[in-house]
Amino acid sequence: MDKKMKETILNPIFKGNPITVLVLGICSSLAVTVTMKGALVMALSVMVVTGISSLILSCLRKTIPGRVRIIVQLVVVAMMVILVDQILKSFEVTFPIDKQLSVYISLIITNCIVMGRIEAFALANKPIPSLLDGLANGAGYGMILLIVAFFRELLGSGTLFGIDILNRFGYVANNLVILPPFALILLGCIVWVQRSIQKDLQEK
Amino acid sequence: MEYISLFVKSIFVDNMIFAYFLGMCSYLAVSKNVKTASGLGLAVIFVLLVTVPVNYLLNKYVLGPDAIIEGVDLSFLSVIIFIAVIAAIVQIVEMVVERYAPSLYSALGIFLPLIAVNCAILGGALFMQQKDFANVGESAVYALGSGCGWFLAIVTLAAIREKMSYSNVPAPLKGLGITFITVGLMGIAFMAFMGISL
Repeated sequence: MDKKMKETILNPIFKGNPITVLVLGICSSLAVTVTMKGALVMALSVMVVTGISSLILSCLRKTIPGRVRIIVQLVVVAMMVILVDQILKSFEVTFPIDKQLSVYISLIITNCIVMGRIEAFALANKPIPSLLDGLANGAGYGMILLIVAFFRELLGSGTLFGIDILNRFGYVANNLVILPPFALILLGCIVWVQRSIQKDLQEK
Repeated sequence: MEYISLFVKSIFVDNMIFAYFLGMCSYLAVSKNVKTASGLGLAVIFVLLVTVPVNYLLNKYVLGPDAIIEGVDLSFLSVIIFIAVIAAIVQIVEMVVERYAPSLYSALGIFLPLIAVNCAILGGALFMQQKDFANVGESAVYALGSGCGWFLAIVTLAAIREKMSYSNVPAPLKGLGITFITVGLMGIAFMAFMGISL
Protein backbone atom coordinates (compact mmCIF):
# COMPACT_ATOMS: atom_id res chain seq x y z
CA MET A 1 0.00 0.00 0.00
CA ASP A 2 1.49 3.33 -1.00
CA LYS A 3 1.55 6.48 1.05
CA LYS A 4 -1.32 8.24 -0.70
CA MET A 5 -3.65 5.31 -0.16
CA LYS A 6 -2.76 5.24 3.53
CA GLU A 7 -3.46 8.95 3.78
CA THR A 8 -6.87 8.42 2.11
CA ILE A 9 -7.79 5.90 4.75
CA LEU A 10 -6.33 7.50 7.87
CA ASN A 11 -7.15 11.16 7.25
CA PRO A 12 -10.95 10.94 7.67
CA ILE A 13 -10.64 9.02 10.90
CA PHE A 14 -8.90 11.67 12.95
CA LYS A 15 -7.42 14.70 11.22
CA GLY A 16 -10.23 15.31 8.76
CA ASN A 17 -13.03 13.66 10.68
CA PRO A 18 -16.35 14.30 8.93
CA ILE A 19 -18.20 15.20 12.13
CA THR A 20 -15.77 17.13 14.29
CA VAL A 21 -13.74 18.85 11.57
CA LEU A 22 -15.87 19.06 8.44
CA VAL A 23 -19.17 19.36 10.41
CA LEU A 24 -21.01 17.04 8.03
CA GLY A 25 -23.74 14.60 8.92
CA ILE A 26 -24.58 15.91 12.37
CA CYS A 27 -28.29 15.65 11.63
CA SER A 28 -28.71 11.93 11.86
CA SER A 29 -25.73 11.22 14.06
CA LEU A 30 -27.10 12.48 17.35
CA ALA A 31 -30.49 10.89 17.57
CA VAL A 32 -29.18 7.35 17.16
CA THR A 33 -26.59 7.44 19.94
CA VAL A 34 -28.78 6.52 22.89
CA THR A 35 -27.64 2.90 22.71
CA MET A 36 -24.45 1.29 21.42
CA LYS A 37 -26.49 -1.07 19.27
CA GLY A 38 -28.30 1.73 17.45
CA ALA A 39 -25.03 3.58 16.91
CA LEU A 40 -23.34 0.47 15.54
CA VAL A 41 -26.17 -0.26 13.10
CA MET A 42 -26.17 3.36 11.95
CA ALA A 43 -22.37 3.46 11.61
CA LEU A 44 -22.25 0.29 9.51
CA SER A 45 -25.14 1.47 7.32
CA VAL A 46 -23.45 4.81 6.64
CA MET A 47 -20.15 3.05 5.88
CA VAL A 48 -21.80 0.76 3.36
CA VAL A 49 -23.80 3.54 1.72
CA THR A 50 -20.88 6.00 1.41
CA GLY A 51 -18.43 3.32 0.30
CA ILE A 52 -20.54 1.68 -2.36
CA SER A 53 -22.20 4.80 -3.74
CA SER A 54 -18.74 6.43 -4.03
CA LEU A 55 -17.58 3.34 -5.92
CA ILE A 56 -20.55 3.35 -8.30
CA LEU A 57 -20.42 7.08 -8.99
CA SER A 58 -16.68 6.98 -9.47
CA CYS A 59 -17.12 4.30 -12.13
CA LEU A 60 -19.77 6.47 -13.81
CA ARG A 61 -17.92 9.77 -13.37
CA LYS A 62 -16.90 10.17 -17.03
CA THR A 63 -20.39 9.50 -18.37
CA ILE A 64 -22.45 11.76 -16.09
CA PRO A 65 -23.08 15.23 -17.56
CA GLY A 66 -22.15 17.92 -15.05
CA ARG A 67 -25.57 19.58 -15.06
CA VAL A 68 -27.60 16.60 -13.93
CA ARG A 69 -25.03 15.10 -11.58
CA ILE A 70 -26.90 15.95 -8.36
CA ILE A 71 -29.98 14.02 -9.50
CA VAL A 72 -27.85 11.04 -10.57
CA GLN A 73 -26.07 11.10 -7.20
CA LEU A 74 -29.36 11.27 -5.33
CA VAL A 75 -30.75 8.31 -7.25
CA VAL A 76 -27.69 6.13 -6.61
CA VAL A 77 -27.56 7.08 -2.93
CA ALA A 78 -31.31 6.57 -2.52
CA MET A 79 -31.01 3.13 -4.09
CA MET A 80 -28.26 2.14 -1.67
CA VAL A 81 -30.23 3.46 1.30
CA ILE A 82 -33.34 1.55 0.26
CA LEU A 83 -31.25 -1.63 -0.06
CA VAL A 84 -29.79 -1.17 3.42
CA ASP A 85 -33.23 -0.38 4.84
CA GLN A 86 -34.76 -3.47 3.25
CA ILE A 87 -31.93 -5.70 4.48
CA LEU A 88 -32.40 -4.39 8.03
CA LYS A 89 -36.15 -4.92 7.75
CA SER A 90 -35.68 -8.52 6.63
CA PHE A 91 -33.73 -9.27 9.81
CA GLU A 92 -36.36 -7.59 11.98
CA VAL A 93 -37.37 -10.81 13.70
CA THR A 94 -33.90 -11.96 14.68
CA PHE A 95 -32.42 -8.49 15.12
CA PRO A 96 -35.09 -5.94 16.08
CA ILE A 97 -34.31 -2.21 15.75
CA ASP A 98 -36.63 0.61 16.80
CA LYS A 99 -38.94 2.46 14.49
CA GLN A 100 -37.18 5.73 15.26
CA LEU A 101 -33.90 4.35 13.93
CA SER A 102 -35.49 3.34 10.65
CA VAL A 103 -36.43 7.00 9.95
CA TYR A 104 -32.79 7.94 10.46
CA ILE A 105 -31.63 5.15 8.18
CA SER A 106 -33.79 6.67 5.45
CA LEU A 107 -32.32 10.05 6.27
CA ILE A 108 -28.85 8.81 5.26
CA ILE A 109 -29.82 10.06 1.78
CA THR A 110 -29.60 13.63 2.95
CA ASN A 111 -26.62 12.93 5.16
CA CYS A 112 -24.10 15.46 3.96
CA ILE A 113 -21.19 13.02 4.37
CA VAL A 114 -22.42 10.87 1.51
CA MET A 115 -23.04 13.69 -0.96
CA GLY A 116 -20.02 15.62 0.27
CA ARG A 117 -17.58 12.77 -0.33
CA ILE A 118 -19.08 12.01 -3.74
CA GLU A 119 -18.76 15.64 -4.82
CA ALA A 120 -15.36 16.21 -3.30
CA PHE A 121 -13.66 12.89 -3.94
CA ALA A 122 -15.46 10.23 -5.98
CA LEU A 123 -16.11 12.43 -9.02
CA ALA A 124 -12.40 13.20 -9.38
CA ASN A 125 -10.75 9.90 -8.47
CA LYS A 126 -10.48 6.29 -9.59
CA PRO A 127 -13.00 3.71 -8.26
CA ILE A 128 -10.80 1.89 -5.72
CA PRO A 129 -9.52 5.00 -3.88
CA SER A 130 -13.11 6.32 -3.92
CA LEU A 131 -14.37 3.14 -2.30
CA LEU A 132 -11.68 3.41 0.38
CA ASP A 133 -12.39 7.10 0.92
CA GLY A 134 -16.09 6.39 1.33
CA LEU A 135 -15.49 3.55 3.77
CA ALA A 136 -12.95 5.57 5.76
CA ASN A 137 -15.29 8.54 6.06
CA GLY A 138 -18.04 6.21 7.17
CA ALA A 139 -15.64 4.79 9.74
CA GLY A 140 -14.64 8.26 10.99
CA TYR A 141 -18.32 9.09 11.40
CA GLY A 142 -18.99 5.75 13.07
CA MET A 143 -16.14 6.25 15.52
CA ILE A 144 -17.60 9.52 16.84
CA LEU A 145 -21.02 7.87 16.98
CA LEU A 146 -19.67 5.01 19.08
CA ILE A 147 -17.78 7.34 21.44
CA VAL A 148 -20.92 9.40 22.06
CA ALA A 149 -23.08 6.28 22.39
CA PHE A 150 -20.60 4.72 24.83
CA PHE A 151 -20.97 7.59 27.31
CA ARG A 152 -24.70 8.00 26.75
CA GLU A 153 -25.56 4.35 27.26
CA LEU A 154 -23.10 3.84 30.12
CA LEU A 155 -24.20 6.92 32.08
CA GLY A 156 -27.80 7.02 30.88
CA SER A 157 -28.83 3.43 31.49
CA GLY A 158 -25.78 1.89 33.17
CA THR A 159 -25.43 -0.70 30.41
CA LEU A 160 -23.34 -1.35 27.28
CA PHE A 161 -24.95 -3.19 24.35
CA GLY A 162 -27.78 -3.95 26.76
CA ILE A 163 -25.45 -5.73 29.21
CA ASP A 164 -25.55 -4.42 32.75
CA ILE A 165 -22.29 -2.70 33.78
CA LEU A 166 -22.91 -0.03 36.39
CA ASN A 167 -26.34 -0.88 37.75
CA ARG A 168 -25.07 -3.80 39.80
CA PHE A 169 -22.93 -1.37 41.82
CA GLY A 170 -26.01 0.64 42.72
CA TYR A 171 -25.61 3.28 39.99
CA VAL A 172 -28.72 5.39 39.51
CA ALA A 173 -29.21 6.09 35.80
CA ASN A 174 -28.99 9.76 34.84
CA ASN A 175 -31.94 10.63 32.65
CA LEU A 176 -30.41 13.84 31.36
CA VAL A 177 -27.81 11.82 29.47
CA ILE A 178 -30.50 10.02 27.50
CA LEU A 179 -32.14 13.27 26.42
CA PRO A 180 -31.00 14.64 23.03
CA PRO A 181 -29.26 17.86 24.22
CA PHE A 182 -26.64 15.92 26.12
CA ALA A 183 -25.40 14.39 22.85
CA LEU A 184 -24.60 17.89 21.61
CA ILE A 185 -22.78 18.82 24.80
CA LEU A 186 -20.78 15.59 24.57
CA LEU A 187 -19.95 16.33 20.95
CA GLY A 188 -18.84 19.81 21.98
CA CYS A 189 -16.48 18.19 24.51
CA ILE A 190 -15.10 15.80 21.87
CA VAL A 191 -14.38 18.79 19.61
CA TRP A 192 -12.74 20.51 22.57
CA VAL A 193 -10.43 17.54 23.26
CA GLN A 194 -9.55 17.11 19.60
CA ARG A 195 -8.77 20.77 19.10
CA SER A 196 -6.61 21.00 22.18
CA ILE A 197 -4.51 18.16 20.74
CA GLN A 198 -4.48 19.50 17.19
CA LYS A 199 -3.87 23.19 17.62
CA ASP A 200 -4.01 23.93 13.89
CA LEU A 201 -7.75 23.24 13.85
CA GLN A 202 -8.55 26.00 16.32
CA GLU A 203 -10.65 28.89 15.01
CA LYS A 204 -9.37 32.39 15.56
CA MET B 1 -58.78 23.72 17.99
CA GLU B 2 -57.15 20.49 16.93
CA TYR B 3 -55.14 22.38 14.32
CA ILE B 4 -53.94 24.94 16.85
CA SER B 5 -52.72 22.28 19.25
CA LEU B 6 -50.98 20.43 16.42
CA PHE B 7 -49.35 23.69 15.35
CA VAL B 8 -48.10 24.57 18.82
CA LYS B 9 -46.98 21.01 19.44
CA SER B 10 -44.92 20.85 16.27
CA ILE B 11 -43.21 24.18 17.08
CA PHE B 12 -42.29 23.52 20.69
CA VAL B 13 -42.71 19.90 21.71
CA ASP B 14 -41.59 18.20 18.49
CA ASN B 15 -39.11 20.91 17.54
CA MET B 16 -37.15 19.75 14.48
CA ILE B 17 -33.81 20.90 15.88
CA PHE B 18 -34.06 20.30 19.60
CA ALA B 19 -36.09 17.11 19.63
CA TYR B 20 -34.94 15.39 16.43
CA PHE B 21 -31.72 17.15 15.32
CA LEU B 22 -32.97 17.56 11.78
CA GLY B 23 -31.31 20.04 9.46
CA MET B 24 -28.38 20.37 11.81
CA CYS B 25 -25.68 20.81 9.16
CA SER B 26 -27.09 23.97 7.66
CA TYR B 27 -28.27 25.04 11.12
CA LEU B 28 -24.68 25.14 12.38
CA ALA B 29 -23.20 26.48 9.15
CA VAL B 30 -25.58 29.36 8.49
CA SER B 31 -26.20 30.66 12.02
CA LYS B 32 -23.38 33.20 12.16
CA ASN B 33 -25.66 36.22 11.77
CA VAL B 34 -29.35 36.86 12.22
CA LYS B 35 -30.05 38.18 8.74
CA THR B 36 -28.91 35.18 6.71
CA ALA B 37 -30.28 32.85 9.38
CA SER B 38 -33.77 34.28 9.05
CA GLY B 39 -33.51 34.05 5.24
CA LEU B 40 -32.73 30.35 5.44
CA GLY B 41 -35.43 29.88 8.08
CA LEU B 42 -38.06 31.44 5.83
CA ALA B 43 -36.98 29.29 2.91
CA VAL B 44 -37.29 26.16 5.07
CA ILE B 45 -40.82 27.13 6.22
CA PHE B 46 -41.84 27.74 2.64
CA VAL B 47 -40.41 24.53 1.18
CA LEU B 48 -41.78 22.39 4.03
CA LEU B 49 -45.21 23.92 3.59
CA VAL B 50 -45.22 22.98 -0.10
CA THR B 51 -43.55 19.57 -0.01
CA VAL B 52 -45.18 17.92 3.01
CA PRO B 53 -48.79 18.12 1.75
CA VAL B 54 -47.73 16.97 -1.73
CA ASN B 55 -45.88 14.04 -0.25
CA TYR B 56 -48.86 13.33 1.99
CA LEU B 57 -51.15 13.00 -1.01
CA LEU B 58 -48.65 10.82 -2.86
CA ASN B 59 -48.16 8.68 0.21
CA LYS B 60 -51.87 8.20 0.68
CA TYR B 61 -53.10 7.79 -2.89
CA VAL B 62 -50.10 6.31 -4.69
CA LEU B 63 -47.78 4.55 -2.29
CA GLY B 64 -50.03 3.18 0.43
CA PRO B 65 -51.22 -0.44 0.53
CA ASP B 66 -53.98 -1.14 -2.02
CA ALA B 67 -53.82 2.48 -3.25
CA ILE B 68 -53.40 1.95 -6.99
CA ILE B 69 -53.68 -1.77 -7.51
CA GLU B 70 -55.43 -4.09 -5.10
CA GLY B 71 -52.91 -6.02 -2.99
CA VAL B 72 -49.84 -3.97 -3.97
CA ASP B 73 -47.95 -2.05 -1.32
CA LEU B 74 -45.46 0.40 -2.78
CA SER B 75 -44.39 1.93 0.51
CA PHE B 76 -40.81 0.67 0.10
CA LEU B 77 -40.48 3.27 -2.68
CA SER B 78 -41.51 6.14 -0.42
CA VAL B 79 -38.01 7.47 0.29
CA ILE B 80 -36.99 7.74 -3.33
CA ILE B 81 -40.34 9.31 -4.30
CA PHE B 82 -40.14 11.83 -1.46
CA ILE B 83 -36.63 12.93 -2.34
CA ALA B 84 -37.52 13.21 -6.03
CA VAL B 85 -40.60 15.32 -5.19
CA ILE B 86 -38.55 17.54 -2.90
CA ALA B 87 -35.81 18.05 -5.48
CA ALA B 88 -38.36 18.83 -8.18
CA ILE B 89 -40.40 21.21 -6.02
CA VAL B 90 -37.31 23.05 -4.84
CA GLN B 91 -36.33 23.53 -8.47
CA ILE B 92 -39.81 24.83 -9.39
CA VAL B 93 -39.99 27.09 -6.34
CA GLU B 94 -36.60 28.49 -7.25
CA MET B 95 -37.73 29.33 -10.77
CA VAL B 96 -41.02 30.86 -9.61
CA VAL B 97 -39.34 32.98 -6.96
CA GLU B 98 -36.70 34.14 -9.44
CA ARG B 99 -39.39 35.17 -11.92
CA TYR B 100 -41.91 36.84 -9.61
CA ALA B 101 -39.95 37.94 -6.54
CA PRO B 102 -36.40 38.75 -7.61
CA SER B 103 -35.63 40.58 -4.37
CA LEU B 104 -36.57 37.53 -2.28
CA TYR B 105 -34.57 35.39 -4.69
CA SER B 106 -31.41 37.39 -4.23
CA ALA B 107 -31.97 37.44 -0.46
CA LEU B 108 -32.25 33.66 -0.28
CA GLY B 109 -29.39 33.15 -2.73
CA ILE B 110 -27.66 29.81 -2.47
CA PHE B 111 -29.91 28.56 0.36
CA LEU B 112 -32.87 27.77 -1.82
CA PRO B 113 -31.21 25.06 -3.96
CA LEU B 114 -29.34 23.73 -0.92
CA ILE B 115 -32.60 23.09 0.87
CA ALA B 116 -33.18 20.03 -1.31
CA VAL B 117 -30.59 18.21 0.76
CA ASN B 118 -31.63 19.66 4.12
CA CYS B 119 -32.58 16.75 6.38
CA ALA B 120 -35.38 18.79 7.93
CA ILE B 121 -37.34 18.66 4.68
CA LEU B 122 -37.01 14.93 4.07
CA GLY B 123 -37.43 14.38 7.80
CA GLY B 124 -40.68 16.35 7.70
CA ALA B 125 -41.96 13.99 5.00
CA LEU B 126 -40.83 10.85 6.84
CA PHE B 127 -42.30 11.92 10.17
CA MET B 128 -45.50 12.88 8.37
CA GLN B 129 -45.64 9.29 7.10
CA GLN B 130 -45.00 7.95 10.60
CA LYS B 131 -47.57 10.19 12.30
CA ASP B 132 -50.41 8.99 10.08
CA PHE B 133 -52.37 12.23 9.69
CA ALA B 134 -56.08 12.08 8.97
CA ASN B 135 -56.21 14.64 6.17
CA VAL B 136 -54.09 16.95 4.07
CA GLY B 137 -54.94 19.98 6.24
CA GLU B 138 -53.32 18.38 9.26
CA SER B 139 -50.18 17.62 7.32
CA ALA B 140 -49.98 21.24 6.12
CA VAL B 141 -50.38 22.54 9.67
CA TYR B 142 -47.70 20.12 10.85
CA ALA B 143 -45.38 21.36 8.08
CA LEU B 144 -45.99 25.01 8.96
CA GLY B 145 -45.40 24.34 12.64
CA SER B 146 -42.19 22.39 12.08
CA GLY B 147 -40.94 25.09 9.75
CA CYS B 148 -41.68 27.80 12.31
CA GLY B 149 -39.92 25.75 14.98
CA TRP B 150 -36.84 25.47 12.77
CA PHE B 151 -36.96 29.21 12.01
CA LEU B 152 -37.22 30.03 15.71
CA ALA B 153 -34.29 27.76 16.53
CA ILE B 154 -31.93 29.14 13.89
CA VAL B 155 -32.73 32.79 14.61
CA THR B 156 -32.19 32.39 18.36
CA LEU B 157 -28.89 30.56 17.84
CA ALA B 158 -27.73 33.22 15.38
CA ALA B 159 -28.56 35.96 17.90
CA ILE B 160 -26.63 34.15 20.63
CA ARG B 161 -23.65 33.59 18.34
CA GLU B 162 -23.58 37.26 17.37
CA LYS B 163 -23.27 38.19 21.03
CA MET B 164 -20.85 35.37 21.74
CA SER B 165 -18.29 36.70 19.29
CA TYR B 166 -17.41 39.27 21.95
CA SER B 167 -16.88 36.77 24.75
CA ASN B 168 -13.64 35.22 25.81
CA VAL B 169 -14.00 31.53 24.96
CA PRO B 170 -11.08 29.07 25.47
CA ALA B 171 -9.24 28.70 22.16
CA PRO B 172 -9.99 25.00 21.45
CA LEU B 173 -13.68 25.55 22.14
CA LYS B 174 -14.02 28.58 19.88
CA GLY B 175 -16.42 28.31 16.98
CA LEU B 176 -17.73 24.79 16.59
CA GLY B 177 -17.24 23.48 20.14
CA ILE B 178 -19.00 26.28 21.96
CA THR B 179 -21.78 26.27 19.37
CA PHE B 180 -22.47 22.60 20.05
CA ILE B 181 -22.62 23.26 23.77
CA THR B 182 -24.87 26.31 23.29
CA VAL B 183 -27.28 24.28 21.17
CA GLY B 184 -27.26 21.59 23.85
CA LEU B 185 -28.16 24.09 26.54
CA MET B 186 -30.90 25.58 24.36
CA GLY B 187 -32.18 22.05 23.89
CA ILE B 188 -32.36 21.58 27.65
CA ALA B 189 -34.44 24.76 27.85
CA PHE B 190 -36.76 23.35 25.21
CA MET B 191 -37.11 20.17 27.26
CA ALA B 192 -39.43 22.20 29.48
CA PHE B 193 -42.10 21.80 26.80
CA MET B 194 -41.63 18.08 26.61
CA GLY B 195 -44.22 16.79 29.05
CA ILE B 196 -46.94 19.08 27.76
CA SER B 197 -49.77 17.26 26.07
CA LEU B 198 -52.09 19.44 24.05
